[in-house]
Amino acid sequence: MTEPLLYARNLVKRYGRVTAMDHADFDLYPGEILAVIGDNGAGKSSLIKALSGAVQPDEGEIRLDGQPVAFASPLEARKAGIETVYQTLALSPALSISDNMFMGREIQRQGFMGKWFGMLDKPAMEAFSRQKLSELGLMTIQNISQPVETLSGGQRQGVAVARAAAFGSRVIILDEPTAALGVKESRRVLDLILDVRSRGIPIVLISHNMPHVFEVADRIHIHRLGRRLCVINPKEHTMSDAVAYMTGAKVPEVLAA
Amino acid sequence: MEAAAFLENPEGPMSDIPDPVVERNKTETVASFEHHSRGALDRVQHFLHRFPTMVPVIVLVLSVIAFGLISPNFFSAFNLSLILQQVAVVGTLAAAQSLVILTAGIDLSVGAVMVMVSVIMGKLSVDFGIPVPIAIVIGLVVGAGTGALNGALVTRLKLPPFITTLGTWNIFLALNYYLSNRETIRSQTLDAEAPLLKLFGERFNLGGAVLTYGVVLMLLVFAVLWYALYQTAWGRRVYAVGDDPEAAALAGIQTKRVLMSVYVVAGVICALAAWSSIGRVGSVSPTSFFEANLESITAVVIGGISLFGGRGSILGPLIGALIVGVFNSGLRLAGVDVLWQLFATGWLIIVAVAIDQWIRKISS
Repeated sequence: MTEPLLYARNLVKRYGRVTAMDHADFDLYPGEILAVIGDNGAGKSSLIKALSGAVQPDEGEIRLDGQPVAFASPLEARKAGIETVYQTLALSPALSISDNMFMGREIQRQGFMGKWFGMLDKPAMEAFSRQKLSELGLMTIQNISQPVETLSGGQRQGVAVARAAAFGSRVIILDEPTAALGVKESRRVLDLILDVRSRGIPIVLISHNMPHVFEVADRIHIHRLGRRLCVINPKEHTMSDAVAYMTGAKVPEVLAA
Repeated sequence: MEAAAFLENPEGPMSDIPDPVVERNKTETVASFEHHSRGALDRVQHFLHRFPTMVPVIVLVLSVIAFGLISPNFFSAFNLSLILQQVAVVGTLAAAQSLVILTAGIDLSVGAVMVMVSVIMGKLSVDFGIPVPIAIVIGLVVGAGTGALNGALVTRLKLPPFITTLGTWNIFLALNYYLSNRETIRSQTLDAEAPLLKLFGERFNLGGAVLTYGVVLMLLVFAVLWYALYQTAWGRRVYAVGDDPEAAALAGIQTKRVLMSVYVVAGVICALAAWSSIGRVGSVSPTSFFEANLESITAVVIGGISLFGGRGSILGPLIGALIVGVFNSGLRLAGVDVLWQLFATGWLIIVAVAIDQWIRKISS
């Protein structure tokens, strides 16, 4: 069996008396879509935050490609190739698509103006943004300099995913990407997710939407009471099984797949 | 409501894709995003959303034409250049104010910083015999320091900018009276001992127009800020932090550092305005420019920069300052009582903010 690309064991995070993560484990294999589901308060978001650098676990270890890592901030996780698309998208509505794609990692011009006056290479950034959007089939957005706030919800999600896909070389984490979208736009984002996987980047998908999870996920990580309860194959289990495991109504036969 | 209709329009680009995998390849070609028809008002809203500075530009052009028709003297190169001279100091301060307002803050202390720094520059040169260039550099450093204090209070103690600068406004004003002993340094004294301090009051001819170096300084400050805001990563980050600080932080921006830099740069620009103000007044007076901070906010607001941050062009406040100058000059030449200048400025502010609110509805 292949090695997990992103691997975590015995992660513990306590907030005062509350234990958000209680010896949680996590495995993400290359090229797969791993859905993470769990009831509210099960500790999904703490787990994801630990993996994306937003939270530092008290105990446990995280390995990326076999190497132990300890991210002090989301920036460090990003530098290691882990991109997160937050539920809020983290886009600046008044700025252009291109500005948003490169926020925090702008390209400067070569030569004198870039070196001494920090001049941005706008043509290069716009060309790159256009290329990335069309790779994901998002070129119905024509004007790369149009402000993000003039886009529809699905298009904004598309820009956020495109940004993650453009820079996330190892892992992309998507937090509730379809929660705020209508049926058609959700459809579009799910296709986008499959598209990203087809290019070999593994995806962690956090979602409450069981039909979406069962449609795109290769494996489903069920989180309960601060730890991984089990990992199931969506082809061998039904949605009601998953919900039953999640809520504790049913105990899975196999505790790890 | 126009914006909502636009986003939900069934002709919109997201909805006409029943099978994305098939359609995807078709959409590579250039397709217009805004092909459906909109009402005239809707189109105006979208146009202003893209070019928010057009509002002040139109107001400036119309008011210049109107006042030109009312009083023939208004159009003379001399009068128009006089307006520029009159707005030079407040315009420079408005540049500093714009930066802070772009980050969704407000700086009530700009006027007090300017007067205090002018006193420091004057005192050091005249009373302490420090070489004028060094006194000026010290003044600029003090300006940066005042910005650093405001910035630290806003970013470290997380105080609202309005309250922070309301406090520092009073503090700097008190320091200004303490340092100056409430005494004015007279013009003759400056001419004799520190003529360099009056540099920005010096005039030169430009085809019938009489300009001061203070006008040139104001234009230079705006030009440099325009470059920094539109052509550098720093500028894009200032807009991002003002637009949505949480989103900017998640996108990897160190928002506190950006905010800090904005307040420090604003402080330095206030110090430059201080130097310019000495030339404009001709003396160093601790009681001058009492309303400069509010006038700078007026220029920024009329110039179309949103008080909610992240929106508007840096060139807007320059035009905003000119609009106030044109109204003042035009009404005076028309023989109208001064009180109507205030009256007109008041309405300009209210209309400008109302238009900003209307434009912002597009994103909801």
